[in-house]
Amino acid sequence: MSTRLATGGRLLDRSRRVSFTFDGKRLSGHPGDTLASALMGAGQLLMGRSFKYHRPRGPVASGAEEPNALVNLRDGDRHEPNQRATTTEVFEGLTATSQNHWPSLDFDVGQVNAALARFLPAGFYYKTFIHPRPLWKHLYEPVIRRSAGLGKAPDPETRDPDRYEHLYAFVDVLIVGGGTAGLAAARAAGRAGARVLLIEQTPHWGGRAPVDGGEIDGQPADDWVAATVAELEAMENVTLRARTMGAGVYDHGYVLAYERAGDHLAAPAGPRHRLWRIRAERIVTATGALERPLAFAGNDVPGVMLASAVRDYVVNWAVSPGDRTVVVTNNDDAYRTALCLKAAGLDVPAVIDARPEGGGRLMDEARAAGIRVETGRGVAKVKGGKRVEAVYTCPQVGEGATVQEIKCDAVAVSGGWSPVVHLWSHTGGKLVWDAAEAFFRPDPDRAPLGDDGAANVIAAGAANGALGPGEILADAHAAGARAAEETGHAPKSDAAPSGDARDEAPLAPVWLMPQGASVKLRQKAWLDFQNDVKVSDVELAAREGYESVEHAKRYTTLGMATDQGKLSNINGLAVLAQALGEEIPQVGTTTFRPPYTPISMGAIAGPATGATFQPVRRTPMHDWHAAHGADWEPVGQWRRPYTYRREGESRADAVNREVKNAREALGMLDASTLGKILVKGPDAPRFMDMLYTNMMSTLKPGRCRYGLMCSENGFLMDDGVVARLDEETFLCHTTTGGADHVHAHMEEWLQTEWWDWKVWTLNVTEQWGQIAVVGPNARKVLEKLGGLDVSKEALSFMGWTEGTLAGFSVRVFRISFSGELSYEIAVPANHARALWEAIFEAGQEFGVMPYGTECLHVLRAEKGFIMIGDETDGTVIPQDLGLDWAISKKKDDYIGKRAQQRSHMADPERWKLVGLETLDGSVLPEAAYATAPGTNANGQRNTQGRVTSTYHSATLGRGIAMGLVHRGPERMGEVLEFPKVDGTVVKAKIVAPVFYDREGTKQDV
Amino acid sequence: MSEPAPALGGARAEGYVTVAELPPQGMIAVRGDLSEEGESLAQALADATGGELPDVRGMVQTGRVALAWMSPDEVLILCAYADAPELAGALDAALSGAHALVANVSDARAVFELSGARVREVIAKLAPVDVAAFGPGEMRRTRLAQIPAAIWMPEEGRLRLMCFRSVARYAFDLLEKAADEGAEVGWP
Repeated sequence: MSTRLATGGRLLDRSRRVSFTFDGKRLSGHPGDTLASALMGAGQLLMGRSFKYHRPRGPVASGAEEPNALVNLRDGDRHEPNQRATTTEVFEGLTATSQNHWPSLDFDVGQVNAALARFLPAGFYYKTFIHPRPLWKHLYEPVIRRSAGLGKAPDPETRDPDRYEHLYAFVDVLIVGGGTAGLAAARAAGRAGARVLLIEQTPHWGGRAPVDGGEIDGQPADDWVAATVAELEAMENVTLRARTMGAGVYDHGYVLAYERAGDHLAAPAGPRHRLWRIRAERIVTATGALERPLAFAGNDVPGVMLASAVRDYVVNWAVSPGDRTVVVTNNDDAYRTALCLKAAGLDVPAVIDARPEGGGRLMDEARAAGIRVETGRGVAKVKGGKRVEAVYTCPQVGEGATVQEIKCDAVAVSGGWSPVVHLWSHTGGKLVWDAAEAFFRPDPDRAPLGDDGAANVIAAGAANGALGPGEILADAHAAGARAAEETGHAPKSDAAPSGDARDEAPLAPVWLMPQGASVKLRQKAWLDFQNDVKVSDVELAAREGYESVEHAKRYTTLGMATDQGKLSNINGLAVLAQALGEEIPQVGTTTFRPPYTPISMGAIAGPATGATFQPVRRTPMHDWHAAHGADWEPVGQWRRPYTYRREGESRADAVNREVKNAREALGMLDASTLGKILVKGPDAPRFMDMLYTNMMSTLKPGRCRYGLMCSENGFLMDDGVVARLDEETFLCHTTTGGADHVHAHMEEWLQTEWWDWKVWTLNVTEQWGQIAVVGPNARKVLEKLGGLDVSKEALSFMGWTEGTLAGFSVRVFRISFSGELSYEIAVPANHARALWEAIFEAGQEFGVMPYGTECLHVLRAEKGFIMIGDETDGTVIPQDLGLDWAISKKKDDYIGKRAQQRSHMADPERWKLVGLETLDGSVLPEAAYATAPGTNANGQRNTQGRVTSTYHSATLGRGIAMGLVHRGPERMGEVLEFPKVDGTVVKAKIVAPVFYDREGTKQDV
Repeated sequence: MSEPAPALGGARAEGYVTVAELPPQGMIAVRGDLSEEGESLAQALADATGGELPDVRGMVQTGRVALAWMSPDEVLILCAYADAPELAGALDAALSGAHALVANVSDARAVFELSGARVREVIAKLAPVDVAAFGPGEMRRTRLAQIPAAIWMPEEGRLRLMCFRSVARYAFDLLEKAADEGAEVGWP
């Protein structure tokens, strides 16, 4: 049984306790505990069930590489699944539940999968569940979903109450990893004067050096770490950040780092996570190394742990994984664990060393401490279910014939170490196989390159393949100095911190224990604990032809779990190489992709939540609209009132009221969202002639003209009224959604094609509030406000003027998108609301009402005016819409002209705009199709037209619509059939698209 | 004319950095060729405003007027809101011989002032700017989360930010959140 030792625990504050719950059970630990150490200290080694077979699992590791100890953390709004117990700091009130079991962690029905394991090999669902196809969706998939899977997804009704933010940081040197290597590199770069950011994923500095012991610069490692951190903290040019993980390296020195600023608190005062978006000239990866497990039967039974993790638990958290621990190894390092356990007063029945000759100095020390060492031996099998009971040893070279049963309750394994090369590899840094150490390490000759073609990532310390304490410090010191030098700083001539040189016997590569293990044993020898992939699965994949490591990975799911194969990668590909009869470097690794460990969605979103999810554009009158019942609709990023609802009124009623009032009395529309772009210069007239299909150069100052703008491919892109301000200056109105891209379109042509034309453009959309005053009483209200002659004579239809209206400086355009007498008044935005209110007040006696976008649509549709985005969809040309009158025949060219002459564009068979009048007066469904006789090659009904705009016309008391119909204008009076989704059919007659005031007398009064 | 109303009516938030919307600011956009060939334009601009033409990404304050570099062919003139119409007219007249576009855009934007020791840090949370290398004398056009914005520092401890008027609320909400007590970082 795991337990808390009476003394020790270098990271604990043993004077205080924190209480937490696990599966509802109240437990306690100390400040400084991880959830894993606290659970083990409380005797709880069983922490979860595996993904596929629901095998009982305890922690294997003590850090970010942990595959097994995943829990549901917190509850309610803060619930989060799949959190690693080994990297979760305990806090008062923490709640955690175990995952992937039913009904309980101790007794799990799903474990029946384990009994069926021989029927569930790699790729089993690809083979088994293909036929018959319908069963996949209705039977296999739901059953598999229930039995597989890890944590519990958050309740969709909950809302994360925490905050997240980003931070952009620019540094000379970013150092990832705060172990002795990172500290030494930071010291060298910092002393040289470089701007340094040093990040460490855990809350503690120093990495595992203090656990492994030894001296640095003649001091105990802990003391050297404390002194170095103090020195770095005192440097103005160095920033240290704990609880911050280097998540990913991207092109050109861009790095994402994930700061867990509030995860160790019950409710953080500030942001919970912060995503650092770093630009670094040089990146030093001092990310250390991870220990590899060994593959033998039963290596997943709770109590089997990495040898280094066992040491960590004893030294850092005063937790013993068991009373009697057998150490299994192929290298010298694991002897440190045996010695550490012995020093803590725990029993080590034996060290099982796969090497025939055993190890070096450390083995001798172990023997001197009275520990039995068995060389040339392996583990045939672990006995136990929810807990290790014994190991059966065997000759490593044999097939697993048991030599001896050794009773124990924990097994510490070490298969050697692998440098953490993830960040090095993210942007293409290559690896080289080191046969002596049996690992891949960064190849300095094929480093990741920055924008200047120079290597911009430098691996340091264990991450670079240096394993001795002294070697690590020397390598990291050099890396820090190099990074500083390459960013224009002169390194000091200080010596590297000194540490012990490595004094270990060579390791023996062991990828399976015993070497000739039978099929039965291989079926119980785990490679990937989290995804339940065993030696036999990888061998099966190889036999079935999955020779590429990337294919074998996907077929077996090796390394595809949330731990991304941190422990299983090398062992898995070594097994694959053996099965294929190839060398490990020929098989190669799978691709390392960011993030290093999963990061939260909240951190990625940063401030883009709630009110700041997206920018919402508001006009100067926004708050007035809100106060007057605006029922909003999004138009681009703007919010515009769809209608203004009165008490007890439906949306449709409100729209009908607004339509009638604008036609009969006086309406007001907030038109501020329309785009407004100034075009000025001696070449502006000819530029305007190119931009628009119309002849704009003949427009007189003081006059307005409706214009169409096409893309280079001839399609109608935008429309609006152009006002000529003076000989050289035009003001172009665009659609609400079109302002930015029309402006960009203008600039693109000016900058790339007509760069020698003297034309300037300026987007002044936001400078002006714009108010449309619409209806028979429009002139009366403006006359009442006074200051400006708005008579027919002074300001005729399609004219504009400027002056003072009710004391406001304004520009008034006499244009109409409603068919009524109408003025659009532009006023500087900071005065727009005041003018709006003045008009509203003055208009009371004339029956004024504000109207929204839906009323605007009905008014324009009654008049047969097109709307960009309704009548157009990127495939429609002006000729389709009967707008030939707005296409100049006199101009040599305009953007889109040649495209419109292509045979398909000039084809008389194109669908063209007509009005549609239902025979029963109903409103046609939006986007409904008119059917034609027969079916197409896909067996679908043929079509001959479609609805583009459809409304109830309050003015006419019936449904009106526009649509594009095959040869439409030639077929006036014909009746088309429009099937509805309910199976019925609506009949509509083809009519002219102008339903109201065809002569245009009402707007020109 | 009414009193000019800023977009948020002078909104203010007190966090570890104070964020306050400023009253309307006079702004005149000038587009013209500011390169060497167009030196006459640059001179005319300097003469008419009484200001000094800034270098790339620069901003020069001269008395009541500041000139800010916006692009190789655009300058923004900052002045008192009430002075802008007249100054724009005078500029237009002075530059009539040259090929230039002058527009009073004093109503197009909202301006916020951030004050406190850590104004740079608040900006670093929202804009991809090396704030450690940024200081007085510079006009930096950038992005504030999802909107375009520009920043400048009249002096240490004070930073101004402008964005389009329609997104003033979004900008203020972002800044308020970033400057909230408890969200301090210690960067740069």
